[in-house]
Amino acid sequence: MSDQEYVPKSKFGKWFNDRLPLLSLASHLTDYPTPKNLNYWWTFGGILTFCLITQIVTGLTLAMHYIAHADMAFESVEHIMRDVNYGWLIRYIHANGASMFFLAVYIHIFRSLFYGSYKSPREIIWIIGIIIYLLMMAAAFMGYVLPWGQMSFWGATVITNLFSAIPFIGEGIVTWLWGGYSVDNPTLTRFFTLHYLIPFLILGLVVLHIWALHVPGNNNPVGIDIKKPSKDTVPFHPYIVIKDGFALLMFTIVFAFFVFYSPNILGHADNYIEANPMVTPAHIVPEWYLLPFYAILRSVPDKLMGVIAMLSAIFILAALPWLDTSKIRSAVFRPLYKQFYWILVVDVLILGYVGAMPAEGLYLLVARVATAYYFIHFLIILPILGFKERTIPLPLSITEPVLGGSSNLSTIKKKESLN
Amino acid sequence: MKNILKITYLIILLLTGTYQVNAEEKAQLLKVDWSFKGLFGKFDRASLQRGYQVYTEVCASCHSMKYVSYRNLAEKGGPEFSIEQVKAIAASFEVTDGPNSDGEMFERPAKLSDKFVMPYENVKAAQASNGGAYPPDMSVLVKARSGGANYIYSLLLGYEDPPNGVILDDGVYYNKYMYGNNIRMSKPLSNDLIDYVDGTAATEEQMAKDVTTFLMWAAEPHLEARHKMGFKAILYLIILTILVYFSMKKVWSRIESEV
Repeated sequence: MSDQEYVPKSKFGKWFNDRLPLLSLASHLTDYPTPKNLNYWWTFGGILTFCLITQIVTGLTLAMHYIAHADMAFESVEHIMRDVNYGWLIRYIHANGASMFFLAVYIHIFRSLFYGSYKSPREIIWIIGIIIYLLMMAAAFMGYVLPWGQMSFWGATVITNLFSAIPFIGEGIVTWLWGGYSVDNPTLTRFFTLHYLIPFLILGLVVLHIWALHVPGNNNPVGIDIKKPSKDTVPFHPYIVIKDGFALLMFTIVFAFFVFYSPNILGHADNYIEANPMVTPAHIVPEWYLLPFYAILRSVPDKLMGVIAMLSAIFILAALPWLDTSKIRSAVFRPLYKQFYWILVVDVLILGYVGAMPAEGLYLLVARVATAYYFIHFLIILPILGFKERTIPLPLSITEPVLGGSSNLSTIKKKESLN
Repeated sequence: MKNILKITYLIILLLTGTYQVNAEEKAQLLKVDWSFKGLFGKFDRASLQRGYQVYTEVCASCHSMKYVSYRNLAEKGGPEFSIEQVKAIAASFEVTDGPNSDGEMFERPAKLSDKFVMPYENVKAAQASNGGAYPPDMSVLVKARSGGANYIYSLLLGYEDPPNGVILDDGVYYNKYMYGNNIRMSKPLSNDLIDYVDGTAATEEQMAKDVTTFLMWAAEPHLEARHKMGFKAILYLIILTILVYFSMKKVWSRIESEV
């Protein structure tokens, strides 16, 4: 922290701050110089913090009423929905909150991809983010198992069975994960334990994520380094706080719409049927946010290779700062990258779509092409593009873009005359 | 700003669209203009009461409803029978309680706090009496079928003679809305099957509509409270968002930068 100069006004404040610099931290957080040209795509960090806290608070409340036992879990969820005061509200917020969390995290990740926020010197922020994303997927998957409906049970069976693809020790690992010879009560209780643990791991990583962010400061839509603090920056409070607050409110309106008017639209009807090991559902599909990876998994004919492809699809992101060889961060100044970026977005949406469809015929073909393209984007296009692409000249600063370039120019002039 | 709205809208469309496409491709479901749909959707009280009558007189002989209690029938947002009526309804069922001080189990009339009495002791008994098929519990049935209320309504009215060339096993019936078209339940409704207490003509469509409304309530007993609170919450959020928007404009006007 660079705010050593902060001195509390009161005597007690000074005494306390010398021993534990909490007030210095608060001062750093409120004064934190933020680029003033951040657009609304930058508000999703705050929105994600809100999502995490919402999930933790509603989750704690649900855990007070939920019973993690194969014979009682489904019934206890119905008890929450019917007899616990506002239990329906808490559960619907928690269930839809997971979807909202992923919606926000995907926007957050794709914002980073567009503006090159993962590039030097922000690699560590990015990698911590990927770990958070992985933990989110684990938490969401285990959370979906807890109501012990048909999709819970069979989803858990399919996903845990992936480990059996590991040569020699795979079967043993699966038995160890299950705590038996099939998904059953021991699986449920350990999933509940881990589902309870992971959010707090995420919380810790979020602190590191923000800490790492506060070292170099925010990237910005222009993607150039800025002096801090300077006339290119605004203090975090009140400027960014109120802007994040406004965006968060917009987000909660969408959130509320799902919770109050279509609470089950993002879930699968089969999960309102109690788990039955004797009956397999016609189609086993994961929640929507895992569909692109599910499509990648199924597009490879070999089980082990499928699992490797699926995991690589996530881990490849961690290597992104080194795969993208371009020194220019923002796609605004990379005409070719911008086009490939949007192709990637469409590619991932297609993967999500075919992930929800049966893996056969045309769907399977499309899934294979889309999977191949996903890897080509990261492994071939990005490394080459950095060398081949002719980029647009960067402005000198975010307030003084290239000569004659920006419509902002008039406002800058006006401001300078005011000064 | 506009872009964000557009993209958010697109994403929502995509999300919901995927799932609609994902719903089983079956015969187009019959659509009913349910009173419980929409921002202010509420249950039709009279329909719920009739629906309960259809459930007890027709469905309940095979289908349990194990998560619903008798007291729920008198609660706000439900059929809203009077407490006396519900006590009488409950008392007409026998439940096993105990053990008493002699260590014996005993039978007693059901009370408000009891769950709906089940038609069979257990799943095996239910299967044994129904040719191997288990009549599913109806507590959350509407939510457990894609298509929801429209699906249940359609299924009840979807019985017809099998098309030429389709040969059905014994105890299997043809229903054009059922997954695979084969259903183990014989056609449950027929005109004037029951006499409605309120004198409504008991047509097949009327009974199907009433019992589906009742099942929807059983699956979502707090639906009315949810819609009511949702409207208030969203209205509150919209007003707050507008206020915060103008505060934000004011705060940002101190520095000449677009927000």
